[in-house]
Formats: sequence, structure tokens, C-alpha cells
Amino acid sequence: MSLLMKPHYPDYSSAPVQHQFSPYADNGGSVVAIAGDDFVVLGADTRLSAGFSIYTRNQNKLFPLSKTTVLGCSGCWCDTLTLTRILKSRMQMYQQEHNKTMSTTACAQMLSTLLYYKRFFPYYISNVLVGLDNEGKGCVYSYDPIGHCEKATYRAGGSAGALLQPLLDNQIGQKNMEIVSSEPLSQEKALAILKDVFISAAERDIYTGDSVFINIITKDGIKEETFELRKD
Amino acid sequence: MSSVLCPEIPAAGFSFENCRRNALLENKGLTVPKATKTGTTIVGITFKDGVILGADTRATEDTTVADKNCEKIHYLAPNMYCCGAGTAADTEMTTQMISSQLELHRLYTNRIARVATANQMLKQYLFRYQGYIGAALILGGVDVEGPHLYQIYPHGSSDHLPYITMGSGSLAAMSVFESGWRQDLEEEAGIKLVRDAIAAGVFNDLGSGSNIDVCIIRKGAADYKRTYDEANKKGIRQASYRYPRGTTRILSSKVVDVEEVCVQRIEPERMDTA
Repeated sequence: MSLLMKPHYPDYSSAPVQHQFSPYADNGGSVVAIAGDDFVVLGADTRLSAGFSIYTRNQNKLFPLSKTTVLGCSGCWCDTLTLTRILKSRMQMYQQEHNKTMSTTACAQMLSTLLYYKRFFPYYISNVLVGLDNEGKGCVYSYDPIGHCEKATYRAGGSAGALLQPLLDNQIGQKNMEIVSSEPLSQEKALAILKDVFISAAERDIYTGDSVFINIITKDGIKEETFELRKD
Repeated sequence: MSSVLCPEIPAAGFSFENCRRNALLENKGLTVPKATKTGTTIVGITFKDGVILGADTRATEDTTVADKNCEKIHYLAPNMYCCGAGTAADTEMTTQMISSQLELHRLYTNRIARVATANQMLKQYLFRYQGYIGAALILGGVDVEGPHLYQIYPHGSSDHLPYITMGSGSLAAMSVFESGWRQDLEEEAGIKLVRDAIAAGVFNDLGSGSNIDVCIIRKGAADYKRTYDEANKKGIRQASYRYPRGTTRILSSKVVDVEEVCVQRIEPERMDTA
């Protein structure tokens, strides 16, 4: 090694520092949806945050698209606002062109198309769309940010999604169990599990907390409910 | 010669023997594991006849909570405690080592160690490692000179101040001190101020949370109140999650006959201290 070689001090490097603008923000939040035979429950926490600070403790992240369809969003809040604004106007255009409200399945397909349209500059959102289908059965559609759509009966998305999905797999999907009950999931049980998983998420995920805003969708309409969580 | 039963005593200080290997692996695309950073609120104030230290109890690993009730107020000496923020292992080991050195110092000099001594030992140790030991500390204690409070940064600089906050919740906590701290505060008012400062961090900083620990150090006595305030109650479960017997599948079973059982009690012997 040459004695004339410059010593390397990582803190005092002379190389130019490159800064890059990021168009995305992660505002956190979790969404959980559980569907039954004649209902579907959808919950999202109401904390909006960035980094280590809380923007608000009371932000509704559920967006009703029709009397039987609701969308839950978490991730980049500005993208959520833009996407839901576009969805709202597309719902109105459909109504006026066809003189009928768009069905849940049609909404699900439209959302996928809208997301894939932005394939190379995606909306950074974890979407969960729920509603009643044409037979009145509860259904859940979950999406990745660029429009892949999957139909399910239960789903957890957002910052605590990876934490909650295995719990739902066990408690609702009855996975990894020998004794499984054959009776259909009741609305009360679904609601209780929904609240309980949010209690657990608030314990371990720093972006989930404050309270949960819940929508219960049945043939009689959408019922709203709130549930308090820890605030630290 | 070393064997498994009697290994050689390793050299003092850190071992750097894996540095070259790790740098090589990193170049080949291995992601290095991250240390637990305690996104924290820690505070300290001086009051009429001593100092009060406070801390939250959340330890985080990126965006998940690693420990919901960890201890961030560390014991240094009977008259000194130290709050730690930053890398969990560093704050823990640094305070432990300085605590041991202070005890030896106390026995050697036959005097209660001074807070200034502990400050000097901590900052010299941290400076030696150029900030690579990620320990941000609040040192508080009472000695012959009266109550003292020091703020020590990971790079080895320190301040002697009447009220201090550190960690990710330091701004929230400092806002409480800037509006509420006065000279010669009564003990009760002091504890309340510390509690409120930590609570400000717990509720407004996502890196801080759970409970509030407080430690009051007066002349001749330290009062460590672990979980002084349970600032956050856990939610109550709505459903029951008990599994009926037989839920878990039995993959295989094996029965072993135990022919003879021998129980032998060995009386503990006193250590020879003569």
C-alpha cells in the first residue's frame, strides 16, 4: 500500500452529496375487511402520521362509493385523495350514462383499471374494496398499488397488514386447525374479531392507533361505528 | 492452550475480528442486521433538593414495537442514575461498565463518587469511539457539591444544565419544560412536570410510548419509581380465543417407559471467602 494514499474519513468525504426528491409519503394506517354471507365489515384506524409524528388522530380512511360499496385506503394520503376523487366522479358518470348505480363487482374492476393506468407512476395506496355483490353476498377485493386484484372473504392491509393477516387466516380462515366449525360467520363475531385485531395492531405497530372507524354494510345500508384504541 | 472447558480469557475491549469478513459479505449483497434503536423520550430536571429523571418504556425496531415495557433509567451508583436513548445495547452496556468503575472508585477513595466524575468517565469513553457507540445520556445525581444534571451526546460532548430532554420525543418534552420549569421547584411539582414531559413524548412521538418511569434523587436517598404512571391501558378483548383440546394436529407420538427415577438433593455449600 502506498504511503501517499489519502486516508479515508467517511464523515468528511469530499464527494458531492446527491439529494433526491421523493414524490411519495408513507402516512401509515391499517385497513381490515371481513365478509359474511349477507354482510361485510370494514375498519380502518384513524391515525394519519409521517415519520415519528402524528398529523391527526381523527382521519376517516373509508370512502363509500355507493349504498353497497365502500373503499378503505391506507398509504400515501395525497394519492388516496386523488384516487377517491377520480373514483367519485367516475361513479357519477356511470350513474348518469347508464341511469343505474355501479355494482360492487364493476367498482372492483374499475379500481383495478384506474390503478394499472398509472403503472409506471403508481398511486402508493393499499386498497381494500368491500361491498355486497348482485346476490347480496358480502365480498372483499384487495389490491396491490399497480392494480392486481384478488377476491377474498377477509383481508388486512396497510402498515399492520403483515401483522394481522396470519391472525385472520387462523381465526376466520380456520387455517392450521383440526377442529373447524361449520357454522357461517356471524356479524357479531366478525365485528368482535375486527376490533380485537386492531387492539393487537395498536400494541405493536407504531402507525396504527387512536381509534378505528368501522362500516357495517348490509342490505339495509351502511352502519357507522367507532372504537377507541391506545393513543401512544 | 485453550479447551472447551477452560477457554482463554479474551483481550479487553471490543473484538473487531469479523469486520473485514462482514465488509466483504456486505459488498457481495448481504443486508446487515440492524440494532434495536430505542426511539425514546428521556428527561431530567433539578428541583429544590435534588434531581428527577424520567423515561418512557417503548423500544422500537423500525416501525414495530420491540419491547413494550423496557427500562431506560439505569443505575450508576447509590447517588446517581442515568437515562439512556439511542442504541439499546450501547446505553445498557456503557452504563453497566461505568457503574462498575464508579463502584471501584468509591471503594478506592472511600468517598461517594461525584457526578462530575461519572460525566467525565462517560464522555471520555464515548469520545474514544467517535460516536459509533450510539448512546445519548442524561446523567443525574447528588453529591457533596449538591444536585447535578448532565447531558451527554454519543460523540462525547456534554452540557451541565438545569433541565434536559433527549431522544426522538425531546422536542415534545422540552416544550413542557420551557413552559413549566422554574428555579427551586418543590418535589411534588417537579415529579408532575417530569410526568407531563414524558407524557407529551409518549402521546406525540411515535417512537415513544407505553408507561412512564420516574427516579427521584435527593441527598442521601434515591427513589426509583418503576411504572410511575401507566399512561396507556391496553384494549379489552371482545371475543374469546381459547382453542378446544385437539385443535393442534399430532404428527407422531412415542411412549417411553421410565424404569427408574432417582431424585438426589445436593445441599449448597457456602463459598469460601476466607
